[in-house]
Amino acid sequence: MTSTKSKVLWGIVTVLVAVYALFPVASILATSFKAPSDLTNQKFLPSPGRATTGNYEQILVGDAQGLFLTALRNSIGICLISTFIAVVLATLCAYAIARLDFPGKKLVLTTALAVSIFPVISIVTPLFNLWRSIGLYDTWPGLIIPYLSLTLPISIWTLAAFFRQIPWELEQAAQVDGATTWQAFRKAIVPLAAPGVFTTAIIAFFIAWNDFVYGISLTSTEAARPVPAALAFFTGASQFEAPTGAISAAAIIVTIPVVVLVLAFQRQIVSGLTQGAVKG
Amino acid sequence: MASITLNHLVKKYGDGFPAVNDVSIDIADGEFIILVGPSGCGKSTLLRMIVGLEDITDGDLLINGTRVNDKAPRDRNLAMVFQNYALYPHLTVYENIAFPLRLAKGKHSDEEVDRLVTEAAATLELTDHLQRKPANLSGGQRQRVAMGRAIVRQADAFLFDEPLSNLDAKLRGQMRSEISQMQRRLGVTSVYVTHDQTEAMTLGDRVAVLKKGELQQIASPRELYEQPRNLFVAGFIGSPSMNFLPATIEGGVLRTALGDIAIPAEKAAKAAGKKVVLVGVRPEFFEDAKLVEESKRGHGSTFRATLSHTEWLGNEQYGYINFDPAPEVRELLNNLAKDMDADELRPQVVVTLDAASRIRGGREAEIWLDTRKLHLFDPETGVNLTRDEAAGAALTEEANQERAEEIANAQGDGHSTASGFASSNTGGGAPAGASAGGSSRGGATAAGGKHTS
Repeated sequence: MTSTKSKVLWGIVTVLVAVYALFPVASILATSFKAPSDLTNQKFLPSPGRATTGNYEQILVGDAQGLFLTALRNSIGICLISTFIAVVLATLCAYAIARLDFPGKKLVLTTALAVSIFPVISIVTPLFNLWRSIGLYDTWPGLIIPYLSLTLPISIWTLAAFFRQIPWELEQAAQVDGATTWQAFRKAIVPLAAPGVFTTAIIAFFIAWNDFVYGISLTSTEAARPVPAALAFFTGASQFEAPTGAISAAAIIVTIPVVVLVLAFQRQIVSGLTQGAVKG
Repeated sequence: MASITLNHLVKKYGDGFPAVNDVSIDIADGEFIILVGPSGCGKSTLLRMIVGLEDITDGDLLINGTRVNDKAPRDRNLAMVFQNYALYPHLTVYENIAFPLRLAKGKHSDEEVDRLVTEAAATLELTDHLQRKPANLSGGQRQRVAMGRAIVRQADAFLFDEPLSNLDAKLRGQMRSEISQMQRRLGVTSVYVTHDQTEAMTLGDRVAVLKKGELQQIASPRELYEQPRNLFVAGFIGSPSMNFLPATIEGGVLRTALGDIAIPAEKAAKAAGKKVVLVGVRPEFFEDAKLVEESKRGHGSTFRATLSHTEWLGNEQYGYINFDPAPEVRELLNNLAKDMDADELRPQVVVTLDAASRIRGGREAEIWLDTRKLHLFDPETGVNLTRDEAAGAALTEEANQERAEEIANAQGDGHSTASGFASSNTGGGAPAGASAGGSSRGGATAAGGKHTS
């Protein structure tokens, strides 16, 4: 009785949350197929017969191509590099934190936490001045470094938590079985840590991918401007035309990699690979 | 195969607390040694020092006469079975067992690896599961995979760290007898850590009892049981455990809370000069006076007491007698209970009575006590005043000879192997499930025997 009742209740809640979360996405998707003159039709969907892929053509092969595609290239490059650096550094750091007892261990973790909760907006202005004077303004490294300050702390925390769950007996068992320290790490720990590293990399990538404040403040040209910032520079075909359609299309396109990543690594993200290592 | 010598081993942690303090044990080739003690006694630390996962602060560890203190675990050629099995979850059962062989690069060809793994799997009845992942195995199967990883290597010695503590009671009995048979068959030196005294008593050739990092006594299970060196060993070994009764000595008579007990003159002589002693009496030393044969009666003395209640178990029954000790003795008993990981209990004496006894709780009854077997302990030092060194040594020597015979039997042909199992099973008092396991393994055993010879 209660179980059916609670199931129904849960179902309703789930639907409500899903609608609430997905409505804006659906709205943007619908808008991205509206022609500029159709934007004000006051309906959710494009007017019948007037749906168009014009917005996509505009940003991928049309006028806004230069603006969007270079921004996309910048975004992908900058995010991949900062994710890679963050994950490599965080892996080493988290392994040490989870595994060793050394003075200052708490300090490292607290500092990481402090950095991650520090308001971004308050350091943007000083960074802007500093970057201009040392020549990092409007360059890839000029964005990668601040992105690291966003991605590194969360990577350290996630990975440290993950490493703590790996039974260290495995490493010791490998050593007793005849492995060197490095072999034990590579053959017993790395295969188990891989899902955690994947998850962390994806989280770090999203954080960098979604950044807007650094992207708009520390760039001035197409040399380094990432997509979220570039969207603000879209203009309509004339000053009387709103660029809403093109912006929507661009937003949909930049959402695709995120969705693809999550779907592709879903198994790794929720993986219970350590199950069975020790008593279940 | 190897002998292992622990020479005054000490392990101190950063705060200077000695987890293991001056432990010396000589482990002979092929011997099965049990390290037992309450939690925190340093038994696991000691095992990890032997295998090389913990540094040795002081003292020497010798394997086959060579000092190995500074050798890495992989250079000691020991195999270890971990408490939680430590299987590699990303590898199949086959690859888990093959792991140590693959690490020894170039030593084994692929065919050889395959042969060794198949053999080990057959011995452990894992052949059907070779392609499965550890996550899909039951507890007993995981345990066997962990064992397979140890036996496939032909290591010098096996180290077990509470390998059965994660299994349910029935499986534990079965695995216990399997480990025992495997050890005899391979004749491999083994060190086994446990806090379960059934495992300690049934598996070990010799049992080392540890308390707070210090070795209390190392002897055969029988010697520990019959000739304990001190209060701690006496109380730790045996279930239900030994009763300790405070008593004053007057001539040949012990004045206890249960009444006066006359003891043999030679026991009284050993306690001469002590005013107060603790009398150690195992529950089975008691009997319903009505059921004691005339011929035995003279070896003990009787007293009258009122049992608070009895528990009938079918083959025997337990009776409980409450008594009220003096405050200072009560504290001593409480400390003893704490040492042994037990809760502070109301002081009571447990007596084992024949199942036929009609004594029931609440009624006063006459109880007979075999005074030949009781022990007297010094309440201050805990030393057993009535320990008979020679008798104890004889018991341990006997166990040594039995081991040699059992190994010879187990490694001989199939017939003698089977009979060897039968005797070891009955001797160890293994449960019915265990002996069933033993008989069904006859075929696999014979194969194993050929392999080692």
